[in-house]
Amino acid sequence: MNRFDYVKPSTVAEAIAAASAPGATYLAAGTNLLDLMKGNVVRPARLVDITQLTELTRIETSGNGDVRIGALVRNADLAHESGFARDFPAVAEALLSGASAQLRNAATAGGNLLQRTRCAYFYDAASACNKRTPGAGCDARGGDSHQHAVLGWSEACIATNPSDFCVPLAAFDAVVEIEGVSGRREVALEALHLLPGTTPERETVLAPGEMIVAIRLPAAARAFARHARYLKVRERNSYAFAVVSAAAGLVIENGTIKQARVALGGVAARPWRARDAEALLAGRPAEPDVLQQAAEAALREAKPSGDNAHKIPLARSLIVRALQAAAQGTPSRMPALPASPFSSIPGVLHDA
Amino acid sequence: MTPEPNLSRDPAHLRHGSNIGQSLTRVDGRAKVTGAARYAADNNPPGLLYAVLAVSSIARGRVVALDVDAAKAHPGVVEVMTSANRPALAADPDGKPNPFAFRFEALQNDRVRYANQPIAVVIAESLEAATEGAALLAPRYEAEAAHIGLDSDEAYVPPVVGMGYPAESYHGDVEAALAGSDRQITATYETPAHYHNAMEPHAIVAEWQDETLVIDTPTQGLVMMRGRLAELFGIPPESILIRSPYLGGGFGGKGFIAGPQILGILAAKMLGRPVKLVVRREQLYGPFGHRSPTRQTLQLGASATGQLSAIHHHARVATSRFEDFYEAAAHVTHTLYAAPALATTYDAVRMDTGTPLFVRAPGLAPGSIALESAVDEMAEACGLDPLAFRVKNYAEVEPATGKPFSSKALRECYTRGAERFGWWERPLKARTMRDKDGFLVGWGMGTATFHALMFAGQARAVIRRDGSGVVESGAHDMGQGAWTAFAQIAADSLALDLDQVTFKAGTSDLPDAGIAGGSAHTATVGTAIHNAGAAVIAKLAELATADQRSPLYGAGNAGVIARNGRLLRRDDDGRGESYADILARAGLDEIEGSGAGMPDPAANAQYAMSSHGAVFAEVKVDPDLGQVRVTRMIGAFAAGRIINPKLVNSQLIGGMIWGISLALHEEAITDRRSGRIMNANLGEYHVPVSADIPAIEAFTVPEHDPFVNPLGIKGVGEIGITGSAGAVANAVAHATGIRVRRFPVRIGDLLPARR
Repeated sequence: MNRFDYVKPSTVAEAIAAASAPGATYLAAGTNLLDLMKGNVVRPARLVDITQLTELTRIETSGNGDVRIGALVRNADLAHESGFARDFPAVAEALLSGASAQLRNAATAGGNLLQRTRCAYFYDAASACNKRTPGAGCDARGGDSHQHAVLGWSEACIATNPSDFCVPLAAFDAVVEIEGVSGRREVALEALHLLPGTTPERETVLAPGEMIVAIRLPAAARAFARHARYLKVRERNSYAFAVVSAAAGLVIENGTIKQARVALGGVAARPWRARDAEALLAGRPAEPDVLQQAAEAALREAKPSGDNAHKIPLARSLIVRALQAAAQGTPSRMPALPASPFSSIPGVLHDA
Repeated sequence: MTPEPNLSRDPAHLRHGSNIGQSLTRVDGRAKVTGAARYAADNNPPGLLYAVLAVSSIARGRVVALDVDAAKAHPGVVEVMTSANRPALAADPDGKPNPFAFRFEALQNDRVRYANQPIAVVIAESLEAATEGAALLAPRYEAEAAHIGLDSDEAYVPPVVGMGYPAESYHGDVEAALAGSDRQITATYETPAHYHNAMEPHAIVAEWQDETLVIDTPTQGLVMMRGRLAELFGIPPESILIRSPYLGGGFGGKGFIAGPQILGILAAKMLGRPVKLVVRREQLYGPFGHRSPTRQTLQLGASATGQLSAIHHHARVATSRFEDFYEAAAHVTHTLYAAPALATTYDAVRMDTGTPLFVRAPGLAPGSIALESAVDEMAEACGLDPLAFRVKNYAEVEPATGKPFSSKALRECYTRGAERFGWWERPLKARTMRDKDGFLVGWGMGTATFHALMFAGQARAVIRRDGSGVVESGAHDMGQGAWTAFAQIAADSLALDLDQVTFKAGTSDLPDAGIAGGSAHTATVGTAIHNAGAAVIAKLAELATADQRSPLYGAGNAGVIARNGRLLRRDDDGRGESYADILARAGLDEIEGSGAGMPDPAANAQYAMSSHGAVFAEVKVDPDLGQVRVTRMIGAFAAGRIINPKLVNSQLIGGMIWGISLALHEEAITDRRSGRIMNANLGEYHVPVSADIPAIEAFTVPEHDPFVNPLGIKGVGEIGITGSAGAVANAVAHATGIRVRRFPVRIGDLLPARR
């Protein structure tokens, strides 16, 4: 990796000032950034290590019932916080289905939101990639593309966002608190990540120097706690990114779906909220044909970007399965294999 | 100083009667789990410099420019070695002094012949400086179009395959037999390139001490490596010391010299200081060999009642543009099923990749998954249970040679494995079993086999005046347990307790132990140790029986036996004396004997020699989502005499996990345009994780083999992969009714639309 400045500020304001310089980037756990640096995919001029900003390590509940997750809360700590896991079970399940135990113990909430795509052509510095070098072209097109996007992609970029955490966050209307030189602002998590269009190098709405300081889950998201699941299909049963994943939350009264939340992961450059599917479900019973219609609606715009047509029917099936699982009710205990289709196999003791 | 391995002497290692056959805990276990075991890259001699490879990002062409100045200007960088300034070698890396000297790249010119080929070495005072120096080289290339893939070039019939087998082999009239068959199937199976992916990357610490070259590097073949280094550097082999006490996995990838090791030694020579070169994970996908991709077409013919009449197994394999090595994928068909007519044929294409070489269970791993799949397809065509079909076609003699087997307890493996698994409850029809959660359930099985090989190896045994023993052989512990198993054989060879014998291995100044490969190391070195022990005991006996002062005087005709550090009259074990007394009276400090292990040509001419096994697997498949989970696996193996059941069990289970990997996970994904491997890391090159592995049970059935070698040892290192991969593939087919013929099986293959 290149020679770089390393600063370790003690306040958010100092950090923002330090990170506003050209070529600067924030370092939290570094579970993604350090790999990118070792591979010369990114070569920052300055690392702003924010791990000393202890004010960002808290999980707090505000007066109105919103839960505010500090950007530096570790993935494992959040997933295992019993009150949080009870109120937002699909978020906890998504966290525990990601990466490996070691990585979850290190990786932070804010870092999870800002992790880069796992497109192999982005990681391979010798390949053409419009994200790395705008205008260079996209070698993923016509290359190995069996894991690439089926929604929201463009000719310039077919990469997907790899996060599990972000999928239920998008479903449950999480809000991202951002601080920068010009002050504090908020954006919906769903609006944090940008679709590639003609500018795939722009991945989020963050301006240079802006820092995610917290993620907020609205109190209203608790309404889904009894019927919330995250499911993830993958080519091995742990330590693999999703081929497709789905978060589903339902509010069911007297057999009728009052409210529904559906989002997909692994299909687009951002967590994909399926509002058409949600609208279709509201006011109807959680019956197979209804769920199937919702799944059809969610994938209506989908099209393969390469050798990945199978992801479209798979995503439909997964939405149906996630909605069925949510309708059955949130498990009383976190499954041994969180988010796995096999989580219910008796006798399965492996942790993911 | 050679680092003394830190081996434990726990009470668990106390001898209970014979040492051989005991499930002793591995003696190097504690050193490994506490970090005390020193692997090659753990060595840091004073004055050490760090070398980092720069590797090619094109697969074919020339390097036309490297920004050496930029790299050298980076603080801490000491030197940049390129094809323009690297010190001379005494032999050409592209030479072929023997069939096992594979061509490699050590900056002999500016040519690039595969992606990840070393094109420069940056040497610096720190790893970080060397790493950045390598990044600053910013190579420019004159690239030529790369040929990647089994159809990317014209196919030809290779001269020989594997370890020199004929590329075309016919036994009986296959065409006529196929034509006359009631049932015929033709099916084509594909397996991708596999890389070894040992936990420990290749690494070398090299130091020229005056005229002596001292290196720490993991190797599966100490003396062979030493010989090759002597040729390349033009120095006598005795001037080279290689230390390799532990390997963090070998799998065939550490058997041969490759460019990076030579470059580390050259850098040390160039700068007159010790140099460490650790190959980065992604750089391992190139210079060290890999398993060739294969496309195998099997034609099987059988009678209506399921008697095989013919098998034609054709394999298309790949080799590199500059070297010949051909994965002998079809050869498994020579030995397994009793078809009266057999043919194995090959063709090959040259690709712009590193040379494919030996990977654990070479030939047999990809060959077995294809053959076992095809046999299941034929069993289905005949309406027979897969195991019943295999038993019906049981080979009493080796089909391709007509030789009897030196031993073959495969029938017991079938019987006991099936019983343990509950196989006979299996419904014949696919996609008929579901569990209570609605998952599809499938049961599959496969036959395992691996040839019982021996190479040549030597050992030395010494009995010292205090009655203790020292046994030495330059053997290799890749993690399989050589330190322990050989110590067990050594103790028995001298009739001493384990704690009375010092076993030395892992350095090139010890007797040549051959190569740790082909599942032959225990048989080869174990035999050498056994013979060395016998030789020293014979010398002691000679001393005692010729000495009038010994109670054994005159026992020559009756003979003596060794037991617990004493020699006893065979016909009266109340009369005897200790080794120490014999040596003391003879005025000797120690007495030495040596022994060799090698294949017996007469026995090999008469018998076919193989280990066998039967593997049974249960998988569950999500009917809508296509995700697969192996939920049960049982392997029954017959592998001759078992030296240490615990270690053998680990080897067999490890092999079975490789089988799961072959069927469901492993694949090097190469971009056809660039020739670069797009998943050259352990995150994206999938091997199974714990959650993919069920409770696996492996066991051995008794098998006495008086012909393979004096101890009756066959190999266990590789057989676990064979049979297992096919068992999983067949279980997936039984669960889903979908026969996937391109491995690994992916989720997309099993979605409802594929039915």
